[in-house]
Amino acid sequence: MTPHPAPETGPILGKLSLEALPLHEPILVITFIGVVLGGIAVLGLITKYRLWGYLWTEWFTTVDHKRIGIMYMILGLIMFLRGFADAIMMRLQQAMAFGGSEGYLTPHHYDQVFTAHGVIMIFFVAMPFITGLMNYVVPLQIGARDVSFPFLNNFSFWMTTAGAVLTMVSLFIGEYAQTGWLAYPPLSGIAYSPNVGVDYYIWGLQIAGVGTTLSGINLIVTILKLRAPGMGLMKMPVFTWTSLCANILIVASFPILTATLVLLTLDRYVGTNFFTNDLGGSPMMYVNLIWIWGHPEVYILVLPLFGVFSEVTSTFSGKRLFGYTSMVYATICITILSYLVWLHHFFTMGSGASVNSFFGITTMVISIPTGAKLFNWLFTMYRGRIRFELPMMWTVAFMLTFVIGGMTGVLLAVPPADFVLHNSLFLIAHFHNVIIGGVLFGLFAAINYWWPKAFGYKLDVFWGKISFWCWVVGFWVAFTPLYILGLMGVTRRMRVFDDPSLQIWFVIAGIGALIVAAGIGSMLIQFGVSIWRRKELRDTTGGDPWDGRTLEWATSSPPPDYNFAFTPVIHDLDAWYDMKSRGHQRPVGGYRDIHMPSNTGTGMILSGFCLVMGFALVWHIWWLVALSFAATIVGAIYHTFNYKRDFDIPAATVTAVEEARTRQLAAGA
Amino acid sequence: MSAPTMTAKTLTAPTSANEPVQFYDLDEHAHPEGHSTMLGFWIYLMSDCLIFAILFACYAVLGGSYAAGPAPKDLFDLKLIALNTAMLLFSSITYGFAVLQMQQGKVRGVQIWLAVTALFGLAFLGIELYEFHHLIEIGAGPQRSAFLSSFFTLVGTHGLHVTFGIIWLVTLMFQLSKHGLIAANKRRVMCLSMFWHFLDVVWIGVFTFVYLMGVLR
Repeated sequence: MTPHPAPETGPILGKLSLEALPLHEPILVITFIGVVLGGIAVLGLITKYRLWGYLWTEWFTTVDHKRIGIMYMILGLIMFLRGFADAIMMRLQQAMAFGGSEGYLTPHHYDQVFTAHGVIMIFFVAMPFITGLMNYVVPLQIGARDVSFPFLNNFSFWMTTAGAVLTMVSLFIGEYAQTGWLAYPPLSGIAYSPNVGVDYYIWGLQIAGVGTTLSGINLIVTILKLRAPGMGLMKMPVFTWTSLCANILIVASFPILTATLVLLTLDRYVGTNFFTNDLGGSPMMYVNLIWIWGHPEVYILVLPLFGVFSEVTSTFSGKRLFGYTSMVYATICITILSYLVWLHHFFTMGSGASVNSFFGITTMVISIPTGAKLFNWLFTMYRGRIRFELPMMWTVAFMLTFVIGGMTGVLLAVPPADFVLHNSLFLIAHFHNVIIGGVLFGLFAAINYWWPKAFGYKLDVFWGKISFWCWVVGFWVAFTPLYILGLMGVTRRMRVFDDPSLQIWFVIAGIGALIVAAGIGSMLIQFGVSIWRRKELRDTTGGDPWDGRTLEWATSSPPPDYNFAFTPVIHDLDAWYDMKSRGHQRPVGGYRDIHMPSNTGTGMILSGFCLVMGFALVWHIWWLVALSFAATIVGAIYHTFNYKRDFDIPAATVTAVEEARTRQLAAGA
Repeated sequence: MSAPTMTAKTLTAPTSANEPVQFYDLDEHAHPEGHSTMLGFWIYLMSDCLIFAILFACYAVLGGSYAAGPAPKDLFDLKLIALNTAMLLFSSITYGFAVLQMQQGKVRGVQIWLAVTALFGLAFLGIELYEFHHLIEIGAGPQRSAFLSSFFTLVGTHGLHVTFGIIWLVTLMFQLSKHGLIAANKRRVMCLSMFWHFLDVVWIGVFTFVYLMGVLR
């Protein structure tokens, strides 16, 4: 269903014309007005308080892994609000569209909403969140001063942002894909999706994918090369281990997504026949390729959070993690196995009983290392002195929620059962169960855990608890009905329903979504209240508010630009706990110059060119494609002529910063 | 698996009581600039290798889908491809000569051999473009069948890499004449060297699996 035929292509504006503005959709017009007014307000405030220079020099051009990490988190949060707005719209539509009612969304709009929801939540919420987390924490945990390639880090962030911006632009200029989040052909081919929606999808993901791949390479090299002396691989904190594995998965899977989308692009732009129905093309090949990327992707998302849960459980139980070695090997097992299960996403496509059995068994096997992890966390808690602070609460909620999500996953891994449940709401409930229960709960644990490190004060507990209970209760109210509906055979992505007996379940699910919305609102209030009351909430322990065990707690909160005045030397797992228990003395003199990378605006400028190029490609504005492409290449080459990319923080500055901390520690003690 | 590294051994907990444990490296030396670049670039190449792996896999799946159109036997001129292959292999050898000159510290020699490498690379691209032009002209373009789609994409992606390699090569020649064989430039020469030889390895795969085996089947 396309509302209007594909427009003519002009030489200046390509396919772009006034018709591209969705003036006939009141929801979009109102959203647009809201965004414009909000945008003007934000820009006005920045101008009024003269923050442009500060933002440019301290944030946009920064190569400091901590600031880039925080910017990733902000990007993830903003996109999360957009993705959740999509979710609420779908729940409302499905709760309404019974008994002959068409609901309030047209098919064209509804199909874009569920596509955008999936794409945004995975690529522009979960990915920035975990990348930001790894960026912030990993260098601190390994006692490094920055990542291996600081400029590349900045560039990666801006490429991810450019991809997100391009995806957001589609809301107001043209349309987004109506294909579902993985854009299966032939539906996503030019014959059935002649308009620009799929092109927005493709170029948004390609631009962001460059950033993701490069940041994956960056973090692998950082972990392999920049560990503090004494930190052998088996002395790395578990979060660093899971990050290493997640980044290996990124580098080993995102190129597959890139290549697959290139082939789809060629089908759409050049007229090749990779995934077409005729002239020898094979749409099934696309489904295979996209899931060879897609399955590792879910482990990219969840592995770092398994690391978070390990850190949190061990810290708040006051014990060394139970079974560190088995935890590491379980992570590695999952890393490898995640490449051997992709076909379980399409058991019904007709690969035959033998192939289905193989992939069904590998899928079940992957629950063994995951189960081992869960027992490790439980045994860490066993006989520990557990402090139920917010991060620990999120971790316990994760354990309960994720186990159920995991078990429904094992049900789906049985091919005959999958033939019944495939594409049903049972599947939707399952993957939200593991992604919300695993990835999001983990992120909330991580945010509550590391916020004091990043900003020097704790998050407000009252609003944190309200958010926690709204989220946990809301999640179950929203998704239990979907399990039930799925078992009754209701399929996903439906816009209207005939059977009125189903309506009550959708209404309950809608109420659940509203409770979750209250959880999100409370979380935003929690952030706001904490910023407002930051003096009262200030961490007086000099950087170690939770009695932490790993190196990031050894430095001040927030850490200085250079992280550590002297590189720590590691003798044991849980290095900071070891230092504390053996009465280490923090050196208070003899500081030296510290060599650091310089800021640069190149990353943002190059990503800007790529954003323009993406937009021009979507709309077939060929002269602009050529121009922005040339600008990107010339800009990149120009950047390579700059050989002076670092500077020294003078010893005097280091001394001043460290003496301030010495006074602060003395005052706190 | 928890064998301590050499550094750890020297710094690890003392065996005698009168020796304090050292928790900070007080006599620290900055990491040499760009000390992880080679590893990073190597990992990047492996990610690029995966893109080629996917394109090879597509060719393996679709390479027999002629859609009642021409097959490799009808299209490939092995003599031309042999010449083309020779151009690329020669360019790898000449790049090797450039690296040898670099190790002897001779900027001029490096630049001459880089220029020769670029010329061989251009010859390779010229022949490839001629082949593509010819195929499209006789109606065997990438739109004709899934076989030709995957053929043009695989070979064309390799050609695109060679094109960027040549742009990088020329850039590097300017940088060498501006700054000479400083550490940063030496590192760049070595990175491009890995890139260039990598393309050579990929081409050997293309030559074998696409052209030779294509004509056989």
